[in-house]
Amino acid sequence: MSTYEPVLLARIHKEQSHTLDSYLADGGYESFKKALGMTPVEVTTLVKDSGLRGRGGAGFPTGLKWTFLPKDHPGPIYLAVNGDESEPGTFNNRILLEKDPHQVLEGIAISCYAIRSNTAYLYLRYEYGAAWRALQKAVAECYEKGIFGKNVFGSGFDLDVRLHRGAAAYICGEETGLIESLEGKRAWPRIKPPFPAIEGLFRKPTIVNNIETMACVTQILKRGVEWFKSIGVPPDPNNPRDAGSYGPKLYCLSGHVNKPGCYEVPLGITARQLIEEYGGGVPGGRGIKAVVPGGISMGFLAPSELDTPLDFNGPGKVGCLGLGTAAVVVIDDQTSMVDVVYNTARFFAHESCGQCTPCREGTNWMQRILHRIRSGQGRMEDLDLLLEVSGGIGMMPGTTICGLADGAGWPVKNAIRKFRSEFEEYIQSGRSTIKPCELIGAH
Amino acid sequence: MPTVYVNDQPVELKPDERLNCIQAAQKAGVEIPHYCWHPSLSVVASCRMCLVEVGDKKPDGTVAMVPKVVPGCQTPVKDGTVIVTNSPKVQAAQRGTLEYLLLNHPLDCPVCDQAGECGLQDFSFKYGRAYSRLAEPKNQKKDKPYIGDQITLFTDRCIMCTRCVRFTREISGTAELQVVSRGSGEEIDIFPGKPCNNKLAGNVVDLCPVGALCSKDFLYEQRVWWLKGKNSVCAGCSTGCSIRVDQNKDVVYRLKPRSNPLAQGEFMCDEGRFGWKYIHSEHRLKFPMQKLPAGITPVSWPQILPALRQALTEAAKRAPEKLAVVLTPFMTVEEAYLLCKFVKSLSPAARLFMTPAPVVGEDDSYPKDLRGQAAPQPKFTIRAEKAPNRAGVELVLQHFGGAVESLDAVLAQVSQGTLEAVYLTAGSPEGWITEEQAKSLAKAKLVIVQDLLDSPALPWATFMLPGTSWAERDGTFVNHAGLAQAIHRGLRSPGDAWPDGRICFELAGRTGIFHAPTIRQEIAGEIPALAALIVGDLGDEGIFLKSAGETASAAGTESQVPVTGGSRS
Repeated sequence: MSTYEPVLLARIHKEQSHTLDSYLADGGYESFKKALGMTPVEVTTLVKDSGLRGRGGAGFPTGLKWTFLPKDHPGPIYLAVNGDESEPGTFNNRILLEKDPHQVLEGIAISCYAIRSNTAYLYLRYEYGAAWRALQKAVAECYEKGIFGKNVFGSGFDLDVRLHRGAAAYICGEETGLIESLEGKRAWPRIKPPFPAIEGLFRKPTIVNNIETMACVTQILKRGVEWFKSIGVPPDPNNPRDAGSYGPKLYCLSGHVNKPGCYEVPLGITARQLIEEYGGGVPGGRGIKAVVPGGISMGFLAPSELDTPLDFNGPGKVGCLGLGTAAVVVIDDQTSMVDVVYNTARFFAHESCGQCTPCREGTNWMQRILHRIRSGQGRMEDLDLLLEVSGGIGMMPGTTICGLADGAGWPVKNAIRKFRSEFEEYIQSGRSTIKPCELIGAH
Repeated sequence: MPTVYVNDQPVELKPDERLNCIQAAQKAGVEIPHYCWHPSLSVVASCRMCLVEVGDKKPDGTVAMVPKVVPGCQTPVKDGTVIVTNSPKVQAAQRGTLEYLLLNHPLDCPVCDQAGECGLQDFSFKYGRAYSRLAEPKNQKKDKPYIGDQITLFTDRCIMCTRCVRFTREISGTAELQVVSRGSGEEIDIFPGKPCNNKLAGNVVDLCPVGALCSKDFLYEQRVWWLKGKNSVCAGCSTGCSIRVDQNKDVVYRLKPRSNPLAQGEFMCDEGRFGWKYIHSEHRLKFPMQKLPAGITPVSWPQILPALRQALTEAAKRAPEKLAVVLTPFMTVEEAYLLCKFVKSLSPAARLFMTPAPVVGEDDSYPKDLRGQAAPQPKFTIRAEKAPNRAGVELVLQHFGGAVESLDAVLAQVSQGTLEAVYLTAGSPEGWITEEQAKSLAKAKLVIVQDLLDSPALPWATFMLPGTSWAERDGTFVNHAGLAQAIHRGLRSPGDAWPDGRICFELAGRTGIFHAPTIRQEIAGEIPALAALIVGDLGDEGIFLKSAGETASAAGTESQVPVTGGSRS
């Protein structure tokens, strides 16, 4: 595994890797030219054949999503690229955009051509200042060189890429929340159907894809389907609904590890491998108490589950919600799970958009129960109440419009199931890990 | 016929009917609780109260259910749709949603205006749990006493259904209200310095399913279970909004719009909503009066009516062409008919006039865009014609050969002596005759004034008949589009005032009591243009007089003149 040569991150350590000159010197925009020589349907089929699944969290097959667009639509069709990377622990888009924006922009250009869109919107979260500046520069360079604009490379294909900087809200990363935000509205996710591919941005067919997915599209065009399929995990023959987990993935390793960072490895690496081979283990030789497999909303892996492969199916088999954004957060044995869960609950209570009743009230309720437990006033029945609330706000399917409630409930439910004895011990001891400063800002 | 099954009960739909689960269940008489959904507003499916199980009944009789619960408001029904609203799964979802809604909702029902007609109370009782499991203190949000001149917000009672926000965006188009903040800290608010004072603003209070948005006019005035409501029609303009008059002990406390797709839809304007205060004016006339040699004296009805009949009969004999009855577009069809019929029976040469409806400005349509321009397809229109029944009275007038004349023209004839006896009925309650105009009445030999409020005409009146407001009488109003709607007597009149219909009925010497549906049938038999009234009972929504729409609108342009400055003394 450790012999894998990074592809998506191949250029990030070069001098001036974010400039067009550097990118062109490495054969940049050749894939786009290659795509322009094909028909849009051929490009879509290529991506579909590669088995590329969306890197944003849900893992929906990208090529399949593209085919949902209405045929013979008079247009305009839009591509919205989701750079609102807000899942705690995730930072792979940031690396890509700061260090190699052109790889992403090329993917955007190819995707636009494939879906017959002449306009792409790139939605970037507010906090990514450096990425914003790099992108602005990169887009300007592309317009200057005629890579974007009218009649790209003399192919007759027009392409506009517009940048949009968000105002820092987690919910803007939800695909319809992002569309609402792009339209200048409050980012309240839309009810589906209609799905964005039928009626999205400005009520036109829209495809929403992740930044990393765009970079993968560039590489698929450059290296071919066979290369992509040679990496990762083939579909599980016992699961007819599994589309496989092909390709490289940018794992964001953080938390209690010696070498946190963004590592490009084939899908299917286990959490233990990632932590030990790439992360250099836990500082001070301490033990691992839990690992977040892919962004905080996915739940926790217990130490006994560290050999779970981190592909699109692996975490689901051990009670986690899924792979998510592949943000692996390591929690050592010195950390209280009560504090961890409180922190996640606080995050989701703060980020709930407030549209659906269960999520709006439930996330806040969970936070307040956990706050009470942390202040030494927990009751044993609180654990069952937490399980019921976390189970009720999202996972009774259909109770909310978007997946935020699922993501908010899952870590709480997961942690209480897997670490119940620790919660019980905490409540019985009556101790408090709350810091005085937290009491001031507490709700 | 497409058939939908609600809790195993088949409901037939019309072939082109497009309904969601809530509406389909309503047809079956099954209630699906909901807060955010409203028939006139867009679907947001955010309150999650209307969660139901749905499925599809295949032709072979098998049912394939969707594995999850879905919001009924967002799910359209089609042939074979199966809706289950009472399964344990649905009940668990409803109970769960209600618990969340009530989590931070204050238990201040004893002082809340909405108590008694509150969606939270009703649904908690039916679907909720009896106690709260919240051990922490509730969120307390600061009240916002000034959302608009007529609206106050109890922020902590709000359940964030956003009906009010959608109303100001989609119906009024003025978009004053918005959601601020996020998550459970969310609040409804206005932009600083931009209060919600549009002409439809009062509707947000009706739309609010809980006691968050309250009307300052009604605040703490009455408990709603003391109120008795009667269906009626707003008399403010020729739109003829269907409303309900809520009164207790003969005091009106508020008007509420009724849903009527034939008339206005779901809403009403603030002009109408708050424009009923004259009903309880201190200037209301309470006793019939007659000018006797000894001066103006109160006389009982049994005395004054024969005396008046006598006086009119004599006037008709003396010079029938100098006797005139002046109708107004504020009368009901029945009153106009009874009066015309009576006077014509005295002498066919007696003359009939109707004063034109007061017109203020232009029709005001909503939604408005950012520049204040009305949308091409209005959802609500406040009409410039500020009278409820111009179309109806006009039809009666045409049948009896009367003419639309301004009050000035009629009074000029009095001054010239071509009219000696005039029977004036009440015009706009805002004032229909000035002191100056009233002086012309000095030359008339016989002046009868039938009005509900004191006016400059009274000192000249030989007979003064105290009538009533529209809320106190039965009858028919025909709106701008020719829709005939029934108004109902909702409260008793002050003093010895009589509903105008009864005055006209007894003046005509008819036996029995004034019963609007019976008179309606009589009118239908006599006046072809009003033949549609033959049903007698017009129902809650009213009926269209066929082709009356064209007649009324054609005649409407001539009889609309700008309102003249009349004032009440």
